Amino acid sequence: MAELLWIGTRKGLFALRPDARRRTYRVSAPQFLGHTVHHVVQDPRDPKTLLMAAKTGHLGPTVFRSVDRGRSWKEASRPPAFRKAVDCEKARAVARVFWLTPGHRSEPGAWYAGTAPAGLFRSVDAGDSWEPVAGFNDHPMNPKWAAGLATPDGEFLHSILVDPRDARHLYIAISIGGVFESNDGGKDWTPINHGVEANFLPDDSAEFGHDPHRVEMHPVQPDRLYQQNHCGIYRLDRPARTWVRIGKAMPKTVGDIGFPIVLHPTDPDVAWVVPMDGTTVWPRTSVNGKPAIFQTRNGGRSWRRLARGLPPKDAWLTVLRQAMCRDARENPGLYFGTTAGEVWAGANGGEVWRRIAQHLPEIYSVTFAL
Amino acid sequence: MMNRTVRVASPLRSYTGGAATVDAAGTTVSELLADLERRFPGMRFRMIDEQDRIRPHIRLYAGTREIHAITEAMENEPVLHLICALSGG
Repeated sequence: MAELLWIGTRKGLFALRPDARRRTYRVSAPQFLGHTVHHVVQDPRDPKTLLMAAKTGHLGPTVFRSVDRGRSWKEASRPPAFRKAVDCEKARAVARVFWLTPGHRSEPGAWYAGTAPAGLFRSVDAGDSWEPVAGFNDHPMNPKWAAGLATPDGEFLHSILVDPRDARHLYIAISIGGVFESNDGGKDWTPINHGVEANFLPDDSAEFGHDPHRVEMHPVQPDRLYQQNHCGIYRLDRPARTWVRIGKAMPKTVGDIGFPIVLHPTDPDVAWVVPMDGTTVWPRTSVNGKPAIFQTRNGGRSWRRLARGLPPKDAWLTVLRQAMCRDARENPGLYFGTTAGEVWAGANGGEVWRRIAQHLPEIYSVTFAL
Repeated sequence: MMNRTVRVASPLRSYTGGAATVDAAGTTVSELLADLERRFPGMRFRMIDEQDRIRPHIRLYAGTREIHAITEAMENEPVLHLICALSGG
């Protein structure tokens, strides 16, 4: 089956299909034109199945499912929704389905969804019906962990990670709230943010309240986590519980702020980030107008600048947290989309970049599929 | 129960097979929405959240009377309007 990229945008869903040698990419006609598409994810256990998190400017949030590789879609019969509020408790309603993660390979049809405001939901029928994960949504600490300290775009639950060795071992992240871990399939949760800075909080040693932008677990070494945070780039090697700020090795003139982080498919020491300006009012654009990807090959002890083919100056790109991915090659191709509607491809681990699409709507999500 | 005419805003017509006007039965707005949901599954949740609140950019009108809660009764109005409030860009 030919590979492709799914591009989720503020105004619809697009597919980018390469020719056989990946020299040119063809942009599909839009699907769901006018819908806000936050995430499109292929099921690695059943590659014909895709889920898409979507809403429109006016209509409420939902999930669409495809069982024919994106040729046709059907809406979930019961989209993610909080339970009815009782007595005086806060009446929560899902405003956006923001994140989708396939469940463990031992659980065909299981999926997780993260929402805004921060909620965790699970489906056991391949995304057709969703139930709240009460262990998190109704945890006694939930009102403090998901306190509504929203980013300008809202409060998101994202980066739902399932340990490939243990379906019951999960991580989630909340912007703003921090990273949380469960060892019992989501019944109970513990914050795991020690070592992560939170210089926007009155107590920067707080147990939670942090702003992880994206957290990734290495697929073949699941004890290794990487995190791109509002306050830097971090690595955590379990069973340790203290994150190490590996972004301190980035050039001081660039800094270590951004949204996405992408890991190598097999080498746990290799990762890529997209630095953005995190100074003053947090512009979140390419530092000094000079876009670059930075790669570490040694777990964050040092970083290399990869910018060949990217605009050398006067380019103020913003790449959101779901808008960067890699393919499955051993020396992977990297792909990122910008809020200005451009898609860039970096062959051979990002050594050489070229623009493969432009004039798309604001890009929220770029995901690779086969 | 009395049959009413429901006028459907264009963003919701994917549920009604493209129809701009459909019939529904009910004496309250909630009953009308339940009847719509029975015939057009998924439509209600796009307008009404899980706490039974009308979503921020949706407006419901019984005739020319704005509906603020779906528990409100339909009076003698023969038409329920489902409006997507003009906003956004």
